[in-house]
Amino acid sequence: MKIGVLALQGDFAEHITMLRKLGVSAAEVRLPEHLDGLDGLIIPGGESTTIGKLAQDFGLFEPLRRFGRNRAIWGTCAGAIFLSKDARRPQPLLELMDITVERNAFGRQVDSFEVDLSVPALQAVDPENRPYHAVFIRAPLIESVSGDAVVLATLDDGRIVAAQQGRLLATAFHPELTDDDRFHRYFVHMAANS
Amino acid sequence: MTEQQVATEKVKRGLAQMLKGGVIMDVVTPEQAKIAEDAGAVAVMALERVPADIRAQGGVARMSDPELILKIMDAVSIPVMAKCRIGHFVEAQILESLGVDYIDESEVLTPADEKYHINKHEFKVPFVCGCRNLGEALRRIGEGAAMIRTKGEAGTGDVVEAVRHARSVLGEIRRLQNMPEEELMTYAKEIGAPYALVKEVRDLGRLPVVNFAAGGIATPADAALMMQLGVDGVFVGSGIFKSGNPARRAAAIVKAVTHYNDPAILAEVSRNLGEPMVGINVSTMPETERIAGRGW
Repeated sequence: MKIGVLALQGDFAEHITMLRKLGVSAAEVRLPEHLDGLDGLIIPGGESTTIGKLAQDFGLFEPLRRFGRNRAIWGTCAGAIFLSKDARRPQPLLELMDITVERNAFGRQVDSFEVDLSVPALQAVDPENRPYHAVFIRAPLIESVSGDAVVLATLDDGRIVAAQQGRLLATAFHPELTDDDRFHRYFVHMAANS
Repeated sequence: MTEQQVATEKVKRGLAQMLKGGVIMDVVTPEQAKIAEDAGAVAVMALERVPADIRAQGGVARMSDPELILKIMDAVSIPVMAKCRIGHFVEAQILESLGVDYIDESEVLTPADEKYHINKHEFKVPFVCGCRNLGEALRRIGEGAAMIRTKGEAGTGDVVEAVRHARSVLGEIRRLQNMPEEELMTYAKEIGAPYALVKEVRDLGRLPVVNFAAGGIATPADAALMMQLGVDGVFVGSGIFKSGNPARRAAAIVKAVTHYNDPAILAEVSRNLGEPMVGINVSTMPETERIAGRGW
């Protein structure tokens, strides 16, 4: 099992640390050839406009789309925006997941927050259904899901913050900024089964 | 109802973590902010004058006009930072009320207090502060800074001071890691840093917050040099919009920070960038004109 982390910009090092703690081999991905031999890919938090531009400049768009057709990809925050079909403004997107996102949906940095979520899907890796403490930083919302995409978690008011579509996973928050490894274990499991 | 917690240390430090591997660019107009965003900047610093002009024009340098900052916030979707003077907590209150994403309590502006920095814990908005050594970095973190930048000599286009201070901070952290426990208190006293933070840095092997380089970075090679020395990202002030072709140079520096370890890509992105900013050689600059020494 080897998981890549897109290392164009953002908090890729935090994801790599989480994966290595789980005993999973992890590699930085900056160029198309770095995707060879990977079982899954994480697109980290960062600035989605920066990540999109660098992915274009270094010819990663088509290789990433091909990768997503038969292997697992998980996007956190900026990564979730990058995976989406529609971000309500012109910017380069992979358009792999049938989700529409709204960037900076909660406002500016002073509105960033932490909150406990209920994520029943995590029972696949931990039968005890503990709350998941999620960190939202200038976070997007998943406005809507369509096609095969399903909702994994919402805020109390019903707004969507995590979704899955087969081997593709999107979270508006940052599991890599916490000590809770359940989402990383969940994704490693997805990568193993895709 | 599950309670949401805002302005926690985690979300303040967390935004800086999202900026890692990126370039934060000084801009003085909404048009420049757009150019920076299109070039791949992770954030912009909204200013009335870039450091090179502050240097050339002299006088008292203050917080920028809120009108300008708001126009820049409207122009881009990426985070917007703004500077207040060292110790000027009312300028910081004003910037927080505007909704800027980060405040830089900056030595580039004229200090408002020659003894005390702002108590940054009191604010919901996170702060970035400059430092020249580990003690200064940990004093700022102790006051609540959620991000650190090693100081260069801003507005010169000479990277030498940025290198000096990055080597100083990172070198002191390496030495600290090899220090036996019983030496830590005396070391904390010597560098004027809180003991708990000294201990935390020794255990982590790094600062507990993100650390960018700033001041005098003018080329893709300068940016990659700072990354190879071990910082998490770079601020570029006068180096972009005082150069011959800002859009091209900005995009090249963004690529250089991502591929800082790949000399072939660095060579490619460094081609045909036009004139860099002219610059001032720091070694021939009188001590009184240097600004990195501001900060207590």
